[in-house]
Amino acid sequence: MNALRKYLDKIKPSFEEGGKLHAFRSVFEGFESFLFVPNTTSTSGVNVHDAIDSKRIMIFVVIALMPALLFGMYNIGYQNYAAAGVDGTFWEMFGFGFLAVLPKIIVSYVVGLGIEFIVAQWKHEEIQEGYLVTGMLVPMIVPVDCPLWIIAIACAFAVIFAKEIFGGTGMNIFNVALITRAFLFFAYPTAMSGDACWVAKESICGLGNNLPDGFTMATPLGEVATGTVPAFSWDQVWGFIPGSIGETSVVAIAIGAVILLWTGIASWRTMLSVFVGGALLAWIFNQWGPEGNAGAMMPWYQHLALGGFCFGAVFMATDPVTSARTAPGQFVYGFLIGAMAIIIRVLNPGYPEGMMLAILLMNLFAPLIDYCVIQSNINKRAKRAIKK
Amino acid sequence: MANVIKLRKGLDVNLKGKAAKEQFQVKKPGVYALMPDDFTGVKPKVVVKENDVVKVGDALFVDKNHPEVKFVSPVSGKVTMVERGDRRKVLSVRVEADAEQQYVDFGKKSVAQMTADQVKETLLEAGLFAFLKQRPYDVVPDPAVAPKAIFVSGFNSMPLAADFEYVLQGREADFQTGLDVLAKMAKTYLGVSAKQSATALTAAKNVTVNVFDGPAPAGNVGVQVNHVDPVNKGETVWTLGAEEVIFVGHLFNTGKLDFTRVIAFAGSEVKKPAYCQMTVGQQLSTLVENRVAEGRTLRIVNGNVMTGVKTTKDGFLAAHATEVNVIPEGDDVHEMLGWIMPRFNDYSNSRAYCSWLSGKKEYALDARVKGGERHMIMSGEYDRVFPMDIFPEQLVKAIITGDIDRMEALGIYEVAPEDFALCEFVDSSKLEVQRIVREGLDMLRKEMA
Repeated sequence: MNALRKYLDKIKPSFEEGGKLHAFRSVFEGFESFLFVPNTTSTSGVNVHDAIDSKRIMIFVVIALMPALLFGMYNIGYQNYAAAGVDGTFWEMFGFGFLAVLPKIIVSYVVGLGIEFIVAQWKHEEIQEGYLVTGMLVPMIVPVDCPLWIIAIACAFAVIFAKEIFGGTGMNIFNVALITRAFLFFAYPTAMSGDACWVAKESICGLGNNLPDGFTMATPLGEVATGTVPAFSWDQVWGFIPGSIGETSVVAIAIGAVILLWTGIASWRTMLSVFVGGALLAWIFNQWGPEGNAGAMMPWYQHLALGGFCFGAVFMATDPVTSARTAPGQFVYGFLIGAMAIIIRVLNPGYPEGMMLAILLMNLFAPLIDYCVIQSNINKRAKRAIKK
Repeated sequence: MANVIKLRKGLDVNLKGKAAKEQFQVKKPGVYALMPDDFTGVKPKVVVKENDVVKVGDALFVDKNHPEVKFVSPVSGKVTMVERGDRRKVLSVRVEADAEQQYVDFGKKSVAQMTADQVKETLLEAGLFAFLKQRPYDVVPDPAVAPKAIFVSGFNSMPLAADFEYVLQGREADFQTGLDVLAKMAKTYLGVSAKQSATALTAAKNVTVNVFDGPAPAGNVGVQVNHVDPVNKGETVWTLGAEEVIFVGHLFNTGKLDFTRVIAFAGSEVKKPAYCQMTVGQQLSTLVENRVAEGRTLRIVNGNVMTGVKTTKDGFLAAHATEVNVIPEGDDVHEMLGWIMPRFNDYSNSRAYCSWLSGKKEYALDARVKGGERHMIMSGEYDRVFPMDIFPEQLVKAIITGDIDRMEALGIYEVAPEDFALCEFVDSSKLEVQRIVREGLDMLRKEMA
């Protein structure tokens, strides 16, 4: 440790202004603060600080994503072996899934962090950690057969146009990972929806099985869109169904939810009210929904278990930057996300995955919700002044 | 029984090195200094020259905008230096103390027979008016504007703060007289803690006593104002530190000024944390030398660890300081992979660390910021430690963007930088919140002038 510290101190000057490697200052700083907690001390205000910083927070979100990611890897193998009708061991299935997902994670991080490093260097700022989470989310919300080059383009688009032009992490209006997905969804619909992209069709390094080119398998929500209600099974809760990589397992996402709520990083108000909103709207559709609409007939609990609902509620809706920031606002914000997601699913069969659109829509309205909450405080203060 | 106000929001940080309730002696040094920067919002005009001889109570400088507000010498002796910084800004006026102290005699007064104006005159004349602060802006008040109320907080809830109940022992009569004086000028409120039992506090006369029950910053006078009688636009409230109420009482009871206060000398690097008598402006070397740990860089804080200013042992006790805290500077610490390590010795309010496990453990925190400055990312962080009916996050953002109308609407008139100390402590984005709030207040004051 000491040797490493000494080495860093030795090479530090060449990254500073006027140094040989000044063009890589942001990269050096990024790695230095990754290895060691910065030892700068306070110059104004409080003389002691809480140990929490945004690195710790972002890393905990990534940790919370791990169960869903690992399960997603296993599920990719499971779906492939099941479709081929071949028995595979646990490690074969997991290994296959791991090899299928790893390139996506690498591409997402290399492209996104690369842009972050460049922007930080250009703006003379420190690297912002927000992309640690975004970069992990992106591979988890795409189908397994989504080509890497498309992911690369989408990441670059989202980081530049949804985040950096607004001023970086903390200033963005829309959730960056969801913009990535929305970009993919509308620019490359065949790679993101339909029934051909959800199961990996080629073997990797000897693992997995080659499936015929024309092989298709719809997600349960895909079936709903074609007018049939899939029977409820516990597989839909455990996650042994086709779907985007990280979104299928309710159980794995629940573990992540516990981590986020326990550490206080995600707002329980948002998370809870997303589920309440979704359940209530789905229940209303169950009771009084349009005749013959498969989405309306699907039981409310199944609505919550399928598709990206859970994943969106736990990891996307709770993004503190793009969600409502006031406590009462978070209830409204969450409720409307849940409700909108179900409405889109039921009433617009063209978009079986309503969650993404619902969250993006509410991202747009979050400032308005906050405005109303804050305005009531402002009005109260103004009234108080007049009364006197 | 007094009105009890329960506060749920806030945070008590358990720091190592709390002062034991005993006193040690500090020898009186030669040089004292009064620093204009301790009196926020004042443009100092020095009225003494080098080699002038002053008594305790003779003005050293006055406020250019309100020359009747005087800042008087805490000791008698010879003015040795008017220290100036950039653009001839006055940094301090130093006085070398005589062996035998000479006092200006303001005459014993019977408060009951005085009018509000006479009381104010006396305070102005004796330089104690300068210790008052006003909301809005958290500055030395304009004597021409009558306040709607005066607030005194009888306790300091910040970590390592002096326990006022202990400081008050033996000076109860002066304290009560001080409260009587304030009550002459406006309706006076005294905030006490639910843990305090001294009758001088809980049964104080001529004032309205409110009991505040909750974690820090319940002892901040701003929090108490917000819950009892919030400041509206166009209104003024005065506040005075509880120890300074004793100064006032002493003046009226004896006719002389006594700027000696019992301060807490606390912090993890203090060998034997305890209380001692110090005079306003006394050199800190007399206190610090041989009484703190050696072998590493230390940070001496003039005032509380949450709100005080970094100083050196050659510094002088700040006018409002009720404690001097000493903590490690921490610039020699290189923690590895802090983003994933458990870091048992670091305190955090967040459960992403283990502090919630360790119960009553006392932490020896150093002065590191422990992270880089970011845009505001997490929501609700400030709100959890800010027990006022104000949206702190939005207010800070309004200040950062310089939006004066919005600052006003969000209640900037009710706050002082110290109210945001805990927000700054828990902030994961590491913004300098107190500095931002101070700048916001200054901006607004300039705009309104």
